[in-house]
Amino acid sequence: MTVLQVVALALVAAGAPAVVAARDPLRQALMASFYGLLLGVLFFTFAAPDVALSSIVIGSVALPTIILLALAKIGDKDS
Amino acid sequence: MSFAPFAVAIWIFLVGLYGVVTSRHLVHLVISLSVVQSSTYLLLLGIGYRTNGAASIFVDIPPNTKAVDPVVKALTLTDIVVGATVTALLLALAVQAQKRFGTVDPDELDPLRD
Amino acid sequence: MSAGGGASQRRDSEISFATRRRLFLVSGVVLAALMVWALGGMPGFGDYHGIYGLLLNRVAVPEEHATNVITAVNFDYRGFDTLGEEFILFASVLGLALILRERRDEEEGPPDDDATGRQVSGASAAVRLITVALVGPTVVLAVYIIAHGAITPGGGFQGGVIAATALLLVYLGGEYLALRRLRPLPLVEITKATGAAAFVLIGVGGLIFGAAFLENFLPKGTAGDVFSAGTMQPLSVAVGLEITGGFVLILSEFLDQTLVLRRRRGARSR
Repeated sequence: MTVLQVVALALVAAGAPAVVAARDPLRQALMASFYGLLLGVLFFTFAAPDVALSSIVIGSVALPTIILLALAKIGDKDS
Repeated sequence: MSFAPFAVAIWIFLVGLYGVVTSRHLVHLVISLSVVQSSTYLLLLGIGYRTNGAASIFVDIPPNTKAVDPVVKALTLTDIVVGATVTALLLALAVQAQKRFGTVDPDELDPLRD
Repeated sequence: MSAGGGASQRRDSEISFATRRRLFLVSGVVLAALMVWALGGMPGFGDYHGIYGLLLNRVAVPEEHATNVITAVNFDYRGFDTLGEEFILFASVLGLALILRERRDEEEGPPDDDATGRQVSGASAAVRLITVALVGPTVVLAVYIIAHGAITPGGGFQGGVIAATALLLVYLGGEYLALRRLRPLPLVEITKATGAAAFVLIGVGGLIFGAAFLENFLPKGTAGDVFSAGTMQPLSVAVGLEITGGFVLILSEFLDQTLVLRRRRGARSR
């Protein structure tokens, strides 16, 4: 395994608990966005550039947006 | 070292599952669920990898070079996109739960309520 | 009818948080042990044994005249699986639209009468400039990635999502309400349905012209050209259409929820 792969794996392995440990959903959405980017880097080192593209577009852009919009709606009713 | 990716996949699975089980907020639960999903992508890609293989796209390399397995890559990439829509559906359910019951704490969502 | 929110009656038999966590840690360790045991029987990383993948790599380029084997897998060799995935997407977007539909005690209203004082319009001029300037290139990039799916990395799935993020850029630029007037919801739904239907229809075309459903029946050019690879191109476009429509619908539903739908005045609060 190349050095890049080991580093990427380590980052992802550290990123997953960080996403779960962020109890505040807003913070967690941002962590999830970063985690999508880390996954994209990992997939790239696994010689899968299109999977990385998919992961970055979805995990870093589309999914956090949906989460934030849902949070905005949920927080709105907090009274 | 050769089992590292699969070990990391197991680790991510368990971590995400812990997040799902001990969650106090439905949105947190849904995001932890997507972390569990990401462990399966890692597992799939880990299986299909060949050492020093290139990506299975032969535009600028001759067609007989050693390449990684294309089937798992195809599966993973459609799965990432479709998984995101299912996550969106779950979030819509969470929004609806907030509207109907006024809370997004899974502990308080008692099925016999109301 | 009990009031929403507020106090909940915790039943005495309910498992407390600490117990749940302890229970999970125990069973999690058992699960981990089982999985590690399974790990022992797996081939090592990089030590690939599958024959199907090797065969595909060898055969796909001469057979399909497509250089992106993954797209060939998605849209030709395993086109049926892609059809299934597409319908998962369709169904979940449908479910989402159903759940977030306008309820009886909500109505559409302008977003400025908002008690929490959240600003809806009013993005700064720099943000507006950048987002509007980026919408065009994003759409072009999306079309490029879809059209070249059979040659370079990409295809309908990625390109479709990128096209949907163009809408996101418009929202960030604060022009969502203007767009909403221009882009009626039925058009989006039609786009999505067209994409899904087109995929199936091209597959049926395979039945008519060739032998099997979804068989690649259009003429194939030389590898490396944009319009090579037969039916993969139109299928890629169909998938792209459906995914764009799907994600735009998702984003619009959520945006409508936050920006437009307001509780009808005088409704009972739950």
